[in-house]
Formats: sequence, C-alpha cells, structure tokens
Amino acid sequence: MSETDVLTPTADVGGPQQPLLEVKGLSKHFAVGGSMFGKRSTVRAVDDVNFAVHKGEVLGIVGESGCGKSTTARLIIGLIEPDAGEIILDGELVGSTVSLRDMRRAVQMVFQDSYASLNPRLTIEDTIAFGPTVHGLAADKAHARARDLLAKVGLDPAQFAQRYPHEMSGGQRQRINIARALALAPRLVILDEAVSALDKSVEAQVLNLLIDLKDEFGLTYLFISHDLNVVRFISDKVVVMYLGEIVEAGPVEALFTDARHPYTRALLAAMPSHDPDARTQEAPIAGDPPNPIDPPPGCRFHTRCPFAEAVCSENAPRLTATGTAGHSTACHMVEPASGHTKAPAPAPAEQEIVECPT
Amino acid sequence: MSVIADDTIRIVHVEKARGYWANVGRRLMRDKVAVACAAILILIVLAAILAPWLGLADPYQGSMIRRLRPIGTPRYILGTDELGRDMFARLIYGGRLSLFIGLAPVLLAFVIGTTLGVVAGYVGGLVNQAIMRTVDVFYAFPSVLLAIAISGALGAGIVNSLVSLTIVFIPPIVRVAESVTTSVRTLDFVDAARASGAGALTIMRVHVLGNVLGPIFVYSTSLISVCMILAAGLSFLGLGTKPPEPEWGLMLNTLRTAIYVNPWVAALPGAMIFVVSICFNLLSDGMRSAMDVRD
Repeated sequence: MSETDVLTPTADVGGPQQPLLEVKGLSKHFAVGGSMFGKRSTVRAVDDVNFAVHKGEVLGIVGESGCGKSTTARLIIGLIEPDAGEIILDGELVGSTVSLRDMRRAVQMVFQDSYASLNPRLTIEDTIAFGPTVHGLAADKAHARARDLLAKVGLDPAQFAQRYPHEMSGGQRQRINIARALALAPRLVILDEAVSALDKSVEAQVLNLLIDLKDEFGLTYLFISHDLNVVRFISDKVVVMYLGEIVEAGPVEALFTDARHPYTRALLAAMPSHDPDARTQEAPIAGDPPNPIDPPPGCRFHTRCPFAEAVCSENAPRLTATGTAGHSTACHMVEPASGHTKAPAPAPAEQEIVECPT
Repeated sequence: MSVIADDTIRIVHVEKARGYWANVGRRLMRDKVAVACAAILILIVLAAILAPWLGLADPYQGSMIRRLRPIGTPRYILGTDELGRDMFARLIYGGRLSLFIGLAPVLLAFVIGTTLGVVAGYVGGLVNQAIMRTVDVFYAFPSVLLAIAISGALGAGIVNSLVSLTIVFIPPIVRVAESVTTSVRTLDFVDAARASGAGALTIMRVHVLGNVLGPIFVYSTSLISVCMILAAGLSFLGLGTKPPEPEWGLMLNTLRTAIYVNPWVAALPGAMIFVVSICFNLLSDGMRSAMDVRD
C-alpha cells in the first residue's frame, strides 16, 4: 500500500445498489461462570442477527442496555471473534476476499466513553496520527492529516493539537474521537453510543457535526444508541434489538409511527414527551430484561409481553414483512398462522421471509 | 471586563501543552521530603562515582598500630576498622559496590519483569497462565531464602549475587506489571488502536507501556532498599563480595567482632545502608503520590 492510499477511501466496488455492509447470521455466545466443577453456561449476547447498511445511509440500532448492541458493533469491526455468521463489506466477505486489516481501514468506530477511548499519555495530534502511521504513512504527513482533521471537527489545530485528553471537555474529546475514526478515510463509521454521555446542547452540536461530516466525506453510519429521539433524528433505517435478537426493523418513519412489535411500542411509549398530556405515569413494560444467560424459550420477550400466549413460549417468531416496504417484525401477532389469537389469517401465497432491512 | 477576559485567554495559552511527566516532576519538587532524599542520594552516588578523585586515604591500606580508632580521630574522621583502614574512605568506596549491587538487579528485574508482565497482561489466556504460574513457583520461597539458595548454588561473587538478586525481584515486578496491564488493556483506547489495524507489539509499545510504566517504576524503586539489604545480607554471609573489597554489608560482617571494642565505628556501614534504603523508600513514596493524581 503506498502512502497516498491511506488518505483516500477504499474504492467502491459494487456500485450504489450493493449494501456497504451486510451482516448475516451473526452470533456470539460468551461462556460465563463455571469453575473446575461447576457447569459453564453461555450468554447469547448476539444471536443470528441479520441486517444490511446501504451506502450513504444511517442505520440506527436501538435497545436496552445488555441487548447486544455494542457486542454487534465489536463483532463487525473484529474486536471480538464471532461464533457464527458472515460480515460482508461491499460484496466481499471479511476474512476471505478482504482481509481484516483492510476492513479496519474501511470501517472505524467511535466509542461511548470519550475519556477511556483516548490514551491519556498521548497528545491529541499523536492520537489521531496513530492510525495512518500504522498503515504506513510518514510521521510528518500523518501529523499534517491529524491537524486537518482537527479543523474539520471544529477544533483549532494551533490551540488543541499539543494538548492532552484531560485538558479537554467531554464534547471536545468526542470530536477528537470522531477525528481519529476519520483519520483512516473509512467508508463506514460505527458510532457506539457516541453522543450518549454528552449533555444535551453538546450532543446536538456533535450530531450536527456528524451529519456535516457524513455529507463531506460520503460516509455511512451505523448509529447505536438507546436514545430514541436521537436515533429518529439521525437514522434512515432502524433495527430494534432485544436480548441479542432483532425484534423489528424498518425505515425510521414506519417504525416510529407504525411499530408492530410490543417491545418497540413499549420503548416508544417510554420516550419522554414535552407534552404534559402525553406523559404516562405507568411503566410501559414491567420488570427487568430476563437474564441473558438462560434466555426464555420461544419469543424472548414473552416474559414481559402483555399479549403473550402459549405459542409465544413455545416457538420463536420469525422476522415477517409488515406494512411498509422494508419493515419487518418478529412477533407471532404479525406472523400469519402462527397460532396466536391475534395473528393475521394465512395469506394465499407462500409467505416471504424478509431479511431486514433491505 | 475586557482586561479580565484578555488575562484569562493568556492563562489558557500558558497552561496548554504540559505533559503528564512534567506535572509529576512539578508535584515531586513541591514534596520537601522527596527532594531532601533525592539530594542525599545524589550526594552519595556522586561521592561514590568520584571517590578516586576526592583525595581520600587508600581504602585498602591497613595498619596494625592504628586499628579501631574511634570516630573523630585526627586524620581518620570516622575512625579505622579492624585492620586499621580509614573508615571514611572505605564507606565512600564501599558505596560503589553497594549501590551497584542494590540498583543493578532491580534495573535488570525491571526490564525483564515489565516485559514478561506486559506480555502476560496484554496477550492473556494461555500465555498469561504460563508466565504467571511460573512466577508463582518463585513466590513459594521467601525472598531471602531464594537469594541465599541461588547464590549458594552459583557460588560467591558479585556477578552471581547480581544474578540471584535479579531472579528474586523479577516475580513481584511481573505481578505488578501484569495487573496494571490487564486493567489498561480493557480500556477503549486499546480497542480503538486494535480497530485501526495496529499489531500487538505496536499497541504495547505506543499505548500500553506509557500507561503502565509509572506504577511499575514506582514499585521497583521501593525494591531498591530491599535489594541493598539483601545484597548486604549476602555479603555478610560470605556469598556476595569477597574481602578486602569495601562493601557495606561485608564491612558490617567483618566489623561485627569489634562491636564491643568500638560499637560506633562498627555501626557505620549499617547506618549507610539504613540512610540509603530510607531515602529510596521515601523517594518512591513521594513519586507514588506525585503520580497518583489522575490529571
């Protein structure tokens, strides 16, 4: 790889119609506990997750903490090894046709904790220049790039380049993390709760910055958050996860106005509202999520679902196309002839199982 | 108002770009005890290094008629030892060997122990188990016993006692290095470095070492005093330096027969060991608190 290659994004292979990132059957089970004598149990952190991110799009992933959002992100970028599943980058299977190292140039990540994700012993400039240097760029060019990027994320290089992370505010540090992620000219940036730890006014500034950078560099985002308002603001499509599985996926407006899965509806009902009349006193769903070590059989949500019936604890629902194009839900109330009393009648033709979202 | 605003801006500019180590140094300079200890140590080290040029008496030249003169005798300010050699000269010259044998094993153990510990902590898994369980074997023996056993097996001599002391100090340093590395490894900036495609060695060098060296270094400084005492103990037992070399531990051994005749002179090498050990300990305490503040 020559020096200048590091500064330009990797070439578009499949054209605009081909998804930039496809995730197929991604699973990760962690072995937990278990001593020399005890039995080891497994946490199904991510279980058979499928989705695609199209070029120039923002895909939001929402869910409670512990639902596998961050594990999914770390699996995609190769920080942890998946147990099963394929990650396909612009039509090329990661690990075979495209190497992990090349994939890591094309996919970068911004972490939630802006302080922990910066090395406290390196200056801002050194932190940003690290990635390009690793990929063979000369130190002086890497530092020039770091200063360029600092300016791009709204920090004056003359003032900030030589500073250390502890001398900066949370919003400034997150801008640095974004600059670091952009230093390798990636095509996909995974934002793992990237704005969640910031206060509201700073969060808005950083979100606007992300939108500007997306336009300027032609980026695609995978935006992971528990904050539905933020996801609605920035995303084109949304995936809802519960206990390591996708329960609903679809275009952002369809999902927010026409949610089909009881869990998604409960999440939406729990959103804080500015309208006093729209505020609810009751919790939309009761209890904590079940222990992911032994997820409930059948539909994983049935223990907390107000509509649960016998079938829900027996069979796992499949993602089924609903309403708007690209909108799919994994719920027995949506799946025809599932055995649930509220299930729609079986359609005459064979039902199409849609991989979400396409 | 505008004046205040201007001043604020100027202060911001002055405050910027001060590294972590510069801050540690500044805080250490404010610690009077640490500064005093550092001064004493520098004085002793300089005296030991420059001993041949200080116009001291010959530390090997004995005299049967001048044996065991008390402290304050003209021409022999700190008296003479059991063979009539000048104590002051022997103490200064003795610092060369004593300091060397106190510092060198810790330095070697610092390099080896940090390497092993950082690798064990960063790689984890089986490599970690292999390194740490091997280290645990050495932990099974008390450090003094281990040093005596290895020295005894290798035979007396400076190099052998250096080797045995190095082996004694590697395990505790590996443990400290492993535990701090394990805690740093889980931080997001290490993941970010991995995500940028850097190899394990690069990440250890650029991102891990800078964050773990401080605590390991402080811990190692605290070992210097232990090492000096152990080395003195080995010499005392006849496993380290051989006579007539001046070395504080060995001097303590040979002067022990004179303890009823001239106890003050006999105590002098012990006092040197005590002062140097205490200074290293207090200095390492000062460094620990100077480095403790997070920002």
